[in-house]
Amino acid sequence: MRKKEARLAVNIGKLKLKNPVMVASGTFGYAEEFADFMNLKQLGAVVTKTITLKPRQGNPPPRTCETPAGMLNSIGLENPGVDAFISKKLPILKKIGAPVIVSIASEGDPDEFISLAKRLDKINGAAAIELNISCPNIRGKTSLISQDPGSTFKVVKMVREVTGKTLITKLSPNVTDITEIAAAAEKAGSDAVSLINTLTGTSIDTDTKRPRIASVIAGLSGPAIRPVAVRMIWEVSRKIKIPIIGMGGIMDTPSALEFFIAGASAISTGTANFINPALSVEIISGLKKYLARNKLRDIKELVGTLKS
Amino acid sequence: MLQIRAKLIYNKNITGNFFHLTLRAPRISGKCLPGQFISVKVNGPNEPLLRRPFGIHKVKGSDMEVLYEVVGRGTEILSQRKAGEYLDLIGPLGNGFDLGAFSGSRASSSPVIVAGGMGVAPLLFLAQRLRGLRASSPKLRTEVLIGAKTASSILCEKEFKNLGCDVKIATDDGSRGFKGYVSGLLERGLNTGRRPPIVIYACGPRLMLKEISRISEKYNAPAQASLEEHMACGIGACLGCVVNTKKGFERVCKEGPVFRANEIIWG
Ligand SMILES: Cc1cc2nc3c(=O)[nH]c(=O)nc-3n(C[C@H](O)[C@H](O)[C@H](O)COP(=O)(O)OP(=O)(O)OC[C@H]3O[C@@H](n4cnc5c(N)ncnc54)[C@H](O)[C@@H]3O)c2cc1C
Ligand SMILES: Cc1cc2nc3c(=O)[nH]c(=O)nc-3n(C[C@H](O)[C@H](O)[C@H](O)COP(=O)(O)O)c2cc1C
Repeated sequence: MRKKEARLAVNIGKLKLKNPVMVASGTFGYAEEFADFMNLKQLGAVVTKTITLKPRQGNPPPRTCETPAGMLNSIGLENPGVDAFISKKLPILKKIGAPVIVSIASEGDPDEFISLAKRLDKINGAAAIELNISCPNIRGKTSLISQDPGSTFKVVKMVREVTGKTLITKLSPNVTDITEIAAAAEKAGSDAVSLINTLTGTSIDTDTKRPRIASVIAGLSGPAIRPVAVRMIWEVSRKIKIPIIGMGGIMDTPSALEFFIAGASAISTGTANFINPALSVEIISGLKKYLARNKLRDIKELVGTLKS
Repeated sequence: MLQIRAKLIYNKNITGNFFHLTLRAPRISGKCLPGQFISVKVNGPNEPLLRRPFGIHKVKGSDMEVLYEVVGRGTEILSQRKAGEYLDLIGPLGNGFDLGAFSGSRASSSPVIVAGGMGVAPLLFLAQRLRGLRASSPKLRTEVLIGAKTASSILCEKEFKNLGCDVKIATDDGSRGFKGYVSGLLERGLNTGRRPPIVIYACGPRLMLKEISRISEKYNAPAQASLEEHMACGIGACLGCVVNTKKGFERVCKEGPVFRANEIIWG
């Protein structure tokens, strides 16, 4: 008799995912770019590039460079704006058959979150909303909403009041105590938190004495930040009860497993999609194998099992 | 686009820091167009992390060739990979050169290829395809202008000649051919004598391409330029490799790497 496969399904707020493997905002385009490499339907969920109210052309190049076991980026939230997103990108995204989580951000005025959430609340192709209050790459901005528990609480609460959709708050690692911020998001009614966004960094070309990224300060991602991410997930998981979506340097199944053991209920692949576009589906089958090998019937039995 | 493991057939130093790489990629080679590129993972997972983009230099049956220069860690590691090993590659990527002007028998203009330094790499494949068009347009002749720092760093002269191209050389130090930049050689040609209409195909350093763009407007000869920018994904997802155009930022890996020169805001 064939053994029953381990269960991978998880719930994030009202959102039911067939498996806990998602793709992180800004690292998967609008999914169509990856259609040649996998059956997109297999993904637990797709998180879109962050959308703003108005179109943004983003930061001047160079926007990316490689660093030891990582990369810096300063894209500056280039996106077509919410109207063009809904009319041009969402119809394509809806067809793939995996839930679409729409990432949104304000360009300065936090009220833009309300307008964006209201707009998306009526759109049935948007399965959930992720609040990107942690993007380090908006010019002229020196502090992030997610660097202050009070501001985090206010913005999440504002959005909570205008939408019944599942709300995910994306947190920045560029803080002294991330658990305070996560707790503020939970208290304000967020259904889940996702962490981590990129760590800020700078890289210099010593021949020209110029920064390798035009905007000087950029976001570090990739395997270099994985230990920071795993540490923060472990800390946050001991402080809050809502699910954690973990990301930061996941490159393969073993690194994804670290996140579940540390306390994440779901994970996202990010930078690794640039290197191995089919990674997410490889991780889905990798998780099944691991669970079978360890005689676990449900991925939930693995979450938060760090022995310490 | 496909992601495959391609068998490394040949990887040898040709001159200076330049290497010739042949990969067996039957599922990709037949789909490649001149000006498109591939992205290669030069070794294991984390160091160097990202793929490295390379133009398609030549296609022969199920094999494809890359001409590359060792400039840093990634290309250094690539140069040490041995025949018989496998390389993880994605391709073909991007939009190639538009050969519309030469398809069919109405071809009334002639192609001029302008290559600066490493820029010869994707242009040989272009010359290969142009040569193929001769079956339908027997009078089609390709002129190739190759620019290099010095005589010893001229690349692919023989290969272009073997394809029946009319090759002219420019060197910065005057050790061979025209003394000066290859863009200067192009302009001299356009200045002297009457010429039939031409289409310029260029690849090379940004400053050279900017100069070609100016010449193209001055002499009213359309030019297509293949650009480079730092890339993270190579498949249009990360928005990292943008270039400033009259239509706003466009992705070198997706809308490019070949652009109409007059569409680019050179700055
Ligand atoms: C569309 C395209 C086609 C190309 N075709 C060829 C080719 O046919 N032959 C060839 O020799 N080179 C080609 N290049 C350039 C080649 O990708 C870089 O030389 C290579 O990535 C350098 O890697 P590295 O690790 O050796 O150098 P690094 O140590 O990473 O850097 C050395 C220098 O290489 C450049 N570079 C590094 N990474 C990239 C990147 N991802 N994209 C562009 N430039 C980079 C930087 O300017 C840097 O100063 C092409 C680039 C692009 C974008
Ligand atoms: C090129 C690039 C663009 C990104 N854009 C966004 C974005 O628009 N919104 C967002 O919330 N996070 C963005 N991120 C952050 C990722 O979603 C992720 O949180 C981070 O990269 C850490 O995961 P990783 O190390 O696996 O990449 C971006 C990351 C990269 C590398």
